Amino acid sequence: MTTIGDGVLDFSPRRTGAMMLRYWYLLRSSWPRLLDLVYWPTVQMVTWGFLQFYIVQNAGFFAQAAGIFIGAVLLWDILFRGQLGFSISFMEEMWARNIGNLMMSPLRPFEFISALMVMSIVRLAIGTVPVTFLAIAFFGFNLYSLGLALVAFFLNLMLTAWAVGIFVSGLVLRNGLGAENLAWSVMFLFMPLTCVYYPVATLPAWLQPVSWALPPTYVFEGMRALLIQHTFRPDLMLDALALNVVFFAAGVFGFLKLLQSARRHGSLIQAGE
Amino acid sequence: MHAPAPPIAIERLVKIYKTVPAVDGISFTLTPGSVTGLLGGNGAGKTTTIASIMGLTTPTSGQVTVLGAEMPRQRYRVLHRMNFESPYVAMPMRLTIRQNLTVFGMLYGVPDLAARIKQLGAELDLTDLLDRQTGKLSDGQKTRVALAKGLINAPELLLLDEPTASLDPDTADWVRGRLERYRRERNATMLIASHNMAEVERLCDRVIIMKRGHIEDDDTPVKLLARYGRRTLEEVFLDVARGRGIEREAAQ
Repeated sequence: MTTIGDGVLDFSPRRTGAMMLRYWYLLRSSWPRLLDLVYWPTVQMVTWGFLQFYIVQNAGFFAQAAGIFIGAVLLWDILFRGQLGFSISFMEEMWARNIGNLMMSPLRPFEFISALMVMSIVRLAIGTVPVTFLAIAFFGFNLYSLGLALVAFFLNLMLTAWAVGIFVSGLVLRNGLGAENLAWSVMFLFMPLTCVYYPVATLPAWLQPVSWALPPTYVFEGMRALLIQHTFRPDLMLDALALNVVFFAAGVFGFLKLLQSARRHGSLIQAGE
Repeated sequence: MHAPAPPIAIERLVKIYKTVPAVDGISFTLTPGSVTGLLGGNGAGKTTTIASIMGLTTPTSGQVTVLGAEMPRQRYRVLHRMNFESPYVAMPMRLTIRQNLTVFGMLYGVPDLAARIKQLGAELDLTDLLDRQTGKLSDGQKTRVALAKGLINAPELLLLDEPTASLDPDTADWVRGRLERYRRERNATMLIASHNMAEVERLCDRVIIMKRGHIEDDDTPVKLLARYGRRTLEEVFLDVARGRGIEREAAQ
């Protein structure tokens, strides 16, 4: 028995573009949405920036490793905002009661997911790029000085963000907007476990394997290696990439299964609370 | 040469949610170019039937075939040839009418989209509103936008759920006129779920009445009126809903 259906794997750039256009129209029409994209990353960066500024003046270690807090904040924002950007674009359809229109159109799940992935980058760029320039202006921390390492960090963080975003979207599709809070909170579970602000060695021994099972852990360790020891660790990036392939595949698989379950349980007819 | 596949063929469709049967073994086939009314009280199974036709739900058992494709497994073979309109499924409110129609036109692969939007704008009296946000329109205007979305791909099969709900009589009459014209011009097949019996009498050449997941009756409006000895479909509907149909028939 075919479980996912004929033509599900077809891909049309036109249909994907239609969905990107839909989200672009929405962003363009709503200044509060645009402001929201910039507001929190700015507040967070400034707060942590001043904290680091204070610590640097009082501790020799941090004076040598200037930028690890701001760097961690900016990379964490890529992870968190990347997932949130994906999930919010998806939930815009639920809030607008438009998901039924999309599900009965020729739009394929992979096209929908692709559009959401691209839009999460657009939203992230709008929110985070200005903040990276503020970090240069306020604290002299230039994220772009990380060079090619930044590309590796970004790619790995976005893959994790998308994997989680895809799975959470599936949960919302299956369970309605009652599952909406997951979109806002699920990534915070990653924060202590992926060791955003401290090395993995800080965790108790029994928790460290859990931490190493999460791709962002390798990115944050890699960032500290770069800023403290001035060494880029490609091995960490490759490990993260391998784990991300598994996470992404699991996210897509989960989404398709939840979509299938939504069809069985009639959730697509009553997409609401 | 094979005859074209019927627009809709449903065979012994059963849909059970947990333990509750929403649709319980219904079968019917629509002929091309026909307009069929799907009537029934709340919980009769109309929405589930339409959702099964659109591939939004998976049947518990039985088969739903639309334009020759088995739903929902083969839905992507035919979704571009059908469409749906309902006041209960909204369009993105912050987008203008033109933006919404552009997005849906691209999703449905409509050729020469700008011209199609212009044409629909003229036909549905939306030309002056095309660049207004959908959320700022009146109910009547929103219904016309939903209809424009439903017609954007000139579908062979159009499914309508309460197409004139919450409209004033004048606007509702106008919408019905548009649907009649579209059917004539395109020889389109329509399935209309409605509680408005006057609407069903005017538009439909066949009426399927559902109750508790079953088909209670299925005939032309004229034959239904004759069989139940009633003057309006509303009276027929009440007879069926209150279980008086068989008694009257037996008495006659």
